[in-house]
Amino acid sequence: MSRVATQRRKAAFGRFWTTYRHDRAGMAGLIILVFFVLVAILAPILIPDDALDVTKADGERFDGPSLAYPLGTDDSGRSLILLLAYGTRISLTVGIAATLVAMIIGTAVGIMAGHFRGPGSHVLVGATDWFLVIPFLPLAIVLATVLGPSTLNLIIVIGITSWAGTARLIRAQTLSIEERPYIERSKALGAGNWHQMTRHVLPNVLPLVLANTTLTVAIVILSETTLSFLGLGDPLAPSWGALLDRAFSSGAVSRGAWWFVLPPGICVVLVVLAFTLVGRALERILDPRGATA
Amino acid sequence: MSLLEFRDVTVDYASAEGPIPAVRGVTLLVERGEVLGIAGESGCGKSTLAATVLRLLPENAAIGGEMLLDDVDVLTMKWGKLRSVRWAEAAIVFQGALHALNPVQSIGDQIAEPIRLHKTAKDVDARVAQLLMQVGLPASRAKSYPHQLSGGQRQRVMIAMALACSPDLIVADEPTTALDVMVLAQVLDLLTGLVRDLGMGMVLISHDLGVLGTTCDRIAVMYAGQVVETGAALEIFDHPKHPYTKALAGAFPRVGDPAARYAPVGLPGDPPYPGDIPAGCAFHPRCPIAVDECTSASVALVDGVRCIRVGA
Repeated sequence: MSRVATQRRKAAFGRFWTTYRHDRAGMAGLIILVFFVLVAILAPILIPDDALDVTKADGERFDGPSLAYPLGTDDSGRSLILLLAYGTRISLTVGIAATLVAMIIGTAVGIMAGHFRGPGSHVLVGATDWFLVIPFLPLAIVLATVLGPSTLNLIIVIGITSWAGTARLIRAQTLSIEERPYIERSKALGAGNWHQMTRHVLPNVLPLVLANTTLTVAIVILSETTLSFLGLGDPLAPSWGALLDRAFSSGAVSRGAWWFVLPPGICVVLVVLAFTLVGRALERILDPRGATA
Repeated sequence: MSLLEFRDVTVDYASAEGPIPAVRGVTLLVERGEVLGIAGESGCGKSTLAATVLRLLPENAAIGGEMLLDDVDVLTMKWGKLRSVRWAEAAIVFQGALHALNPVQSIGDQIAEPIRLHKTAKDVDARVAQLLMQVGLPASRAKSYPHQLSGGQRQRVMIAMALACSPDLIVADEPTTALDVMVLAQVLDLLTGLVRDLGMGMVLISHDLGVLGTTCDRIAVMYAGQVVETGAALEIFDHPKHPYTKALAGAFPRVGDPAARYAPVGLPGDPPYPGDIPAGCAFHPRCPIAVDECTSASVALVDGVRCIRVGA
């Protein structure tokens, strides 16, 4: 890339950042996100492997919060705050990876459904509507059961059940862009379908895809928690959903071990909230109708 | 061998009320190095006619007749052949340059688009720079985005794009819409100058008979999907024969011509709705010299004029 282009991009990012900094909700979301991402990255470095090993756990079972165990211990005497930190890693990884899958499928289906006319488009729109109306949980449970419990399968299951909303949105935007004269111009100069979709439609729908991504991540993390809580995730990976499942099955609620039940739930709510705040802020800033610059 | 030949071209748009004729049998010729002007009101079918050249009409349009580009009928071309002909043999300068440019790509990339698609030049950057110079823009402008240019500059970019693959024919569909008269004159001079220098043919579409009279070699005046008068540009501008052409020419007062100042100008009524074209001569409800015969007789194009009162 030439220097001019690099400078222009720097300047554009500078303008974007200035606007974003004044969006209080967006900044709050961003700070929460940065905190969780740091925890996720640093977890394997700061936490010794022994801490998660049931056979080497040194605490009492269901011990309340103390100096040695700030959030108490679980049913086998492991420190809950360390488990929670490790869970951040898995929940965020699954959330972001599944969102990527959903976004790629959703954008591709949306652009194709908007670009092509005729039977092919009807099939794509029909498939989108089918995925929109079918209840998420039964479908996800069936898929997860068929594929078997593992983190990768969880990503696939959530990815292929969460793209329909994005596809709808992108199709609508594509239809509007297809009517613009520069698409007619590109047809007149001999461009094929692939060229029109990748060179003209995609760059114009990309801001919408980005804003929608952060909103989808929030939903996907909730889905991951739900499926793990139902025991459909990797049983060996202590994600937040899996922690809640364990708390439930070991009777933590009836024992009054609130430190086992509340923190994973609060973490999920915080991350979902943070992604939603950031997503809404991006939407506000990237939407050309609201632009002040 | 003509560069472009319309042979009895018809276009019907399918609608709920049945087919609506937009173009009703147009026969025209364009030679190399010649500029043909097409004049007419909004809705007379001139833009539809332009779009048939590269078969750019929407799917509900049914095209009849023959459209020969270098003696090959465009209307029966296979899809792959059509794509390779588009822009490489005939290019279009669209109206409204701002909307015909993609806002998120630099203009250099957009001018390069047809060159890359048709692989007509090896050094794409050099060709883009050369094209920008040809239309009077500095080569460094290639890095600009459409919103950074003025209206006239954008139209120059559109012209550079049309020239990119050195086509034989350029179709300019109201290239001067929304430009002020100074820029309008510059853009038209540039366009006609390039067409003559490079030996191309051009079809220039406009509602402004004055513009066409000074830039074209020949003019065809269209009304309700038909050519009503055709001939040498100055002849049509100075001595219009058809009553519709007279009204069009009368709409542009000439400086220093006292007779024009007092002559009645304007034309009552609106052009007919294409789905409900009057019988006989399509122009008779608005015609100042219409007689009873005009409402029923079919009128043919005789000596370049479609009117039974002329030459009779």
